[in-house]
Amino acid sequence: MSLDKATVARIAHLARIRTDDAQLDALVGDLNNILGFVEQLNEVNTDNVEPLASVTGHGLPMRKDEVTDGAYPERVLANAPERAHGYYAVPKVVE
Amino acid sequence: MSEAKSNLIQGATGDWEIVIGLEVHAQVISKSKLFSGAATAFGAEPNTQVSLVDSAMPGMLPVINEECVRQAVRTGLGLKAKINRFSVFDRKNYFYADLPQGYQISQYKQPIVGEGEIEIDLPDGSTKKVGIERLHLEQDAGKSIHDQSPSQSFIDLNRSGVALMEIVSRPDIRSAAEAAAYVKKLRSILRYLGSCDGNMQEGSMRADVNVSVRRPGEEFGTRCEIKNMNSIRFMQQAIEYEARRQIEIIEDGGAIDQETRLYDPNRGETRSMRSKEEAHDYRYFPDPDLLPLEFSEEFVEEEKARLPELPDAKKARFMSDWGLSAYDAAILVEEQETAAFYEKVAEGRDPKLAANWMITELFGNLNKAGLDLSESPVDEAKLGGLIDLIADNTISGRIAKDVFAEMFESGKDAATIVEEKGLRQVTDTGAIEELIDSVMASQAEKVAEYRSGKDKLFGFFVGQVMKQSQGKANPAMVNELLKKKLAG
Amino acid sequence: MSELLNLSLTEARDALKAKKITSVELTEAYIGAMEEGKGLNAFITETPEKAREMAKASDAKLAKGEGGAMEGLPIGMKDLFCTKGVLTTAASHILDGFKPEYESTVSQNLWDAGAVMLGKLNLDEFAMGSANITSYYGNVENPWRRSGGGNQKLVPGGSSGGSAAAVSGRLAIAATGTDTGGSIRQPASFCGIVGMKPTYGRCSRWGIVAFASSLDQAGPITRNVQDAALMLGAMAGHDPKDSTSANLAVPDFEAALTGDVRGMKIGIPKEYRMDGMPEEIDALWKRGAEMLKDAGAEIVDISLPHTKYALPTYYIIAPAEASSNLARYDGVRYGLREEGGSLIEMYENTRAAGFGDEVKRRVLIGTYVLSAGYYDAYYLKAQKVRALLKKDFDDAYGQVDAILTPTAPSAAFAIGENQDDPIKMYLNDVFTVPASLAGIPGISVPVGLSEDGLPLGLQLLGKPFDEETVLKVGHVLEQAAGFDAKPAFLAGSK
Repeated sequence: MSLDKATVARIAHLARIRTDDAQLDALVGDLNNILGFVEQLNEVNTDNVEPLASVTGHGLPMRKDEVTDGAYPERVLANAPERAHGYYAVPKVVE
Repeated sequence: MSEAKSNLIQGATGDWEIVIGLEVHAQVISKSKLFSGAATAFGAEPNTQVSLVDSAMPGMLPVINEECVRQAVRTGLGLKAKINRFSVFDRKNYFYADLPQGYQISQYKQPIVGEGEIEIDLPDGSTKKVGIERLHLEQDAGKSIHDQSPSQSFIDLNRSGVALMEIVSRPDIRSAAEAAAYVKKLRSILRYLGSCDGNMQEGSMRADVNVSVRRPGEEFGTRCEIKNMNSIRFMQQAIEYEARRQIEIIEDGGAIDQETRLYDPNRGETRSMRSKEEAHDYRYFPDPDLLPLEFSEEFVEEEKARLPELPDAKKARFMSDWGLSAYDAAILVEEQETAAFYEKVAEGRDPKLAANWMITELFGNLNKAGLDLSESPVDEAKLGGLIDLIADNTISGRIAKDVFAEMFESGKDAATIVEEKGLRQVTDTGAIEELIDSVMASQAEKVAEYRSGKDKLFGFFVGQVMKQSQGKANPAMVNELLKKKLAG
Repeated sequence: MSELLNLSLTEARDALKAKKITSVELTEAYIGAMEEGKGLNAFITETPEKAREMAKASDAKLAKGEGGAMEGLPIGMKDLFCTKGVLTTAASHILDGFKPEYESTVSQNLWDAGAVMLGKLNLDEFAMGSANITSYYGNVENPWRRSGGGNQKLVPGGSSGGSAAAVSGRLAIAATGTDTGGSIRQPASFCGIVGMKPTYGRCSRWGIVAFASSLDQAGPITRNVQDAALMLGAMAGHDPKDSTSANLAVPDFEAALTGDVRGMKIGIPKEYRMDGMPEEIDALWKRGAEMLKDAGAEIVDISLPHTKYALPTYYIIAPAEASSNLARYDGVRYGLREEGGSLIEMYENTRAAGFGDEVKRRVLIGTYVLSAGYYDAYYLKAQKVRALLKKDFDDAYGQVDAILTPTAPSAAFAIGENQDDPIKMYLNDVFTVPASLAGIPGISVPVGLSEDGLPLGLQLLGKPFDEETVLKVGHVLEQAAGFDAKPAFLAGSK
């Protein structure tokens, strides 16, 4: 499996990273290099092998249904690049 | 076959069948969010019910709320579904302003609940089974507000992380009416279980509706998804519109584009959602911050033992124990409170009379006044009292309607109104005979006509006597005595 | 000054408890050392005022005979741990100006134990790297220099390069690190110090900027094994805020350092003898095995058959998780925002400006291997191979108590070397990645010097949650090796 420039551009858009043409050329090389490297895994027979769900030996811990958090909008908004009237503000989204 | 036939809609070139599948998002009733301890109450000030986890601060981690798991299991049991004792939470990756993590924690390949079914009640009293494909737990997103500023959208994360159950039906639904019945029945079950309040206005229940059309008996057509319906009425309108739109396109030789659409209730039409047009690639994978969710068979059995009597069982019982029709029973069991109200009224009384009084008079008046049953000025005891007065002949059914109207208006009980207004039925033979005599005396001509064979005039005399009694005379006695007197 | 800086973590602890020194004295010595060692670029943010305050408070406690296990000890904090009110960057431009409103569990545990914060240590951007050359805040320099002259600047390893350089050059008495594929052990080896990655789940991940959630684990970077035992005890513990945190009591790790490894079985995995591995690494490994044998342990040849596939597995799983973990850096709630005409443009501009090249590469690889049509071939396949890798270790631990391997395939290299090819850089982690994928504990202990006078470490791996054995054997190896070489830069030595 080899990546072409159009695919890398599509992935970059999916990951929301703007890339110019020169960057795309470099990335095509780098990413193909990495994919070529990981392709060794095809040598391994994984028939009837369950994918690893977790290395921890325990199950999913659950918490009680209690309100223990929140009610601090200032802390939530403190680092916002832009805020207005208690909201985060972003460029207008047209739906 | 005749039932299926009635669902077909006619196009210019022949009959078409609508195929509908629903994805209902039901907000789980819980105090705190699915993966954080922030509150879930509706209508709070922006960003006040947001934890550092909900706002996706770096290094924050999810911990699951056991109540949400319990609610999903209860709901699965209520949908007669397979409970998966091993399920997995996945990340659904996409960028949106009100999705702070850049992914939604959801369940993809291994949901907590598998296949089940819902029996829906149709207007003609018949029922139909609609398959449930799955139910899974997931996080809600925040809210984007687009109309407060010309250049910006505002983001409120209060809903971010609230637990939702996504309940996916099979494409078994064939009309807008069936879709409405499905949503009503699902809402009814969720409310019985206490797992979702079903409040569509507040968005705690919303439906994405997949609509396609086909020629009867042919393969499924290409579907469009109408997003975020939060009213049953609008959903029906949207389905009708969308089906017509698709039929017109196909009949004109066009093809349907698979797309996401939005219903505009003001215009009564659906339109394409351009912002969602972009092809999605959600890159689901198991959330490495969580572990697979596992629970024991005992846990499931305990929940099963705790389930309330659900609408279908209650409906069957109302039909067998109280002798109600399927139609009446279905109406009375839709809400748990209604069913309980009914059973209090029906206990020790004529159950059919009780059902009629609730469905026609009580519900009619409540509807007109825009009140809920819980706000009704006529409670179980008062309605029962009225029915008792009919049963023991204190008042006639006719008078009872006036008494009920007065009860609804004033909140007084039936006996008080009957006493105050002197509405007690006249059952004294002598008094009724006096009325009859007086009517016969004033209508000598008609009496002669009757006696010469014009039997039809009997009704006229009954009417006159009742009128003289101001409706209070016992109609059966009037009939009996009048017949004797007229016979001479 | 220099006598204070000579003290190890546990020595300083003892001196403080015995009231031979004060925390303020010790802390001032390190504040001076930070100043002296600025050229290493080990710190992103220095917090001397905070350190002085904390030291004073510690002295007050110590004076009353009170205080925790780390009372008054001035440490550095890898800048991947969120620290309340103190700039936290993950060495990325995208977290510009981010001051968390919360404290990570591990750092809080350390402050609760009395530790004093000197500042936030440099690292590879989002902990992605093996040489500390991907930081937005510049490269970190290794305090060591090659003996052959030339005075080339060397990398400290990564990603915890700032932590390793600071401890090695004595700018901090100890430091925290995080290890995803070797990010504690490899820089410890490059800098001639001790670095320990505990079992996955031993230390809480809450409040640590996430790189790859199923692999990330915090651990101590210290001058010796006893120091590591002390500090790990203070960092570890069950945290209900982290679903992957183990609900286990934290043992007294220092008490495990009995010096007695007689009868213990130490595995030597044949697959770690790789083609093209420098002879000196192999020789060091053999020497290490000899030392343990001399101490009474039994050396057992073992096989970890899937070792070769660990790196490719890691380079699918870690980027996949990272691509998702880093989606939250979108310019909306914190950090950098680069404006754009629309929301999508704002995202794309922000993330293009905020992430460095290596982070972008990994996010894109991760996005690709999870994307429609490729998930099964890459991600699912990797998780299956990961299961086999874990099984390799499970099987091996049926035979042995611990496993001895080299930590890294080379000594520290020069800044600029290995930079042309990402794969070449990834190979640095070839010996550390398997334990990360299996979630087992590992420690790197300095054992000898390379031909050109640079430190080389050996790695000991243990069973899940058996850090005690790892520390015990590591301690014996350390004693036997008697590594006492010093780096070219050593604060307070002039």
